[in-house]
Amino acid sequence: MTGWRALFYKEVLRFWKVGFQTVGAPVLTSVLYLLIFGHVLEDHVKVYDGVGYTAFLIPGLVMMSVLQNAFANSSSSMVQSKIMGNLVFLLLTPLSHWSWFFAYTLSAVVRGMAVGMGVLLATALFVWQSSALNFSLLPQQPLWALVFAFTGASMLGALGLIAGLWAEKFDQMAAFQNFVIMPMTFLSGVFYSIHSLPDFWQQVSHLNPFFYMIDGFRYGFFGQSDVSPWLSLGVVGVSLLLISAVAVHLLRIGFKIRG
Amino acid sequence: MPAISFQSVSKTFQTARGPFQALDGVSFDIKQGEFFGLLGPNGAGKTTLISILAGLTKATSGSVSVMGIDVNTQAADARRVLGVVPQELVFDPFFNVREALQFQSGYFDVKNNDAWIDELLDSLGLSDKANHNMRQLSGGMKRRMLVAQALVHKPPVIVLDEPTAGVDVELRQTLWQFIAKLNKLGHTVLLTTHYLEEAEALCQRIAMLKNGKVVALDRTDELLKAASSNVLRFKLDAALPPALAAKARVTGRIVQLPAHDALEIERHLAVLREAGLNAEDVEIRKADLEDVFLDVMHANTPQETV
Repeated sequence: MTGWRALFYKEVLRFWKVGFQTVGAPVLTSVLYLLIFGHVLEDHVKVYDGVGYTAFLIPGLVMMSVLQNAFANSSSSMVQSKIMGNLVFLLLTPLSHWSWFFAYTLSAVVRGMAVGMGVLLATALFVWQSSALNFSLLPQQPLWALVFAFTGASMLGALGLIAGLWAEKFDQMAAFQNFVIMPMTFLSGVFYSIHSLPDFWQQVSHLNPFFYMIDGFRYGFFGQSDVSPWLSLGVVGVSLLLISAVAVHLLRIGFKIRG
Repeated sequence: MPAISFQSVSKTFQTARGPFQALDGVSFDIKQGEFFGLLGPNGAGKTTLISILAGLTKATSGSVSVMGIDVNTQAADARRVLGVVPQELVFDPFFNVREALQFQSGYFDVKNNDAWIDELLDSLGLSDKANHNMRQLSGGMKRRMLVAQALVHKPPVIVLDEPTAGVDVELRQTLWQFIAKLNKLGHTVLLTTHYLEEAEALCQRIAMLKNGKVVALDRTDELLKAASSNVLRFKLDAALPPALAAKARVTGRIVQLPAHDALEIERHLAVLREAGLNAEDVEIRKADLEDVFLDVMHANTPQETV
């Protein structure tokens, strides 16, 4: 493999070699969320008509894992290479900023998708006996689900690249993850339908691009959602373009990687 | 067309304590096929100059080209003809030796490179480590791995920034034999090192940097000829008289003094005798590159008030 594909393959192999920690661990976390919240809240939280809370929760958890892991992949790879100094092996090559962008972003998508599939399969196994779910786990509109998983993971992969270029230490990266990524994913409607929120917080949720990714992805499963999937696609698409433009620009000028 | 051309290269870093000029109008050419040494004390600007050449840092002013290709305006093309061995001992802990070399080949668009990778591993004594993770390699092996990674694309111009730091004597020999072989095959080599006997043995021409300026640039043999031709070397237990201390190169008990002729040697010994000191193991030898280096660096020290 040559050019950007070599870098893409290296980035995929990098997380795959430590798959227990990069894929296995987030799958386990999501299963724990499902067991605890699903069990406690199943009879207490009303979301959509005809959709049980556990069934509602699963796509949210899947998408949350896709997004968080896409971000984790590009950001941790970049910040580690910078701190270890082995980024020099890339800086000395003729790879263009576009090559860097596509390799890092698409490998982040692969990691996000791998974890997302893992979460979907694992949660499906755990709720197998629960008759109330009766095959509602199968996405009714799989194309919508795929489109949102792909655009969402791409956006978080590109955002991870920006964070990785910006951060100079591991604690700066942890701060970005804990104070930006975590709140935005948790407040995006993974665990609840935003219709259950007070007016003010509904309005705030509409400013969070993560909400549209989760909502759009969930539309792919149930054919119903808080807002139209077309609106969600528009918001996610524009966000992806903006963040990609910033990432490509930073790579072009060698932000914090070329003196 | 020179292999490498530096034209009035200056670099100023902005630091917390104000601007720092690392390079000040550096200009020289390295011919194709040459084995060229870049010497200078720590902080002289050697690594900054190499970083600019490699596209890791941008020059504040001036221009640099490799095989006629501008490193700034045609960066990607310039990197294809350049193989750089970085000074820092860095490695990617996720991969084994062969994987790292295969990926590096891929970045340079080199397909099916296994034959050359095997040759590199063999020449650098790393064949039996091909499937070892990078973390399992000793410091010297990691250093040789840096050389292998720089050469995956058979670059016509090879830059080695302190390639033998931390490598034992025997492996240094192996490394130099290999680099000398590549040089014979037509590869241009630019070397920085603190082992001056290596530079003296290998380099046809040498540039010396100090405080960001070129303070000497000549053929190695001319530099040696121009220096004081002899060195008086002896062991001494006491402190050196001030008259000699200024000129001497002192390593523990060993004192080395430049001397042009027999008269100067006698004068040095007379100073010792008058001070009531007894020199042991006295010998006289030819000046080497280290003496030239110290001469040049000393001559270019601004007179500061103490």
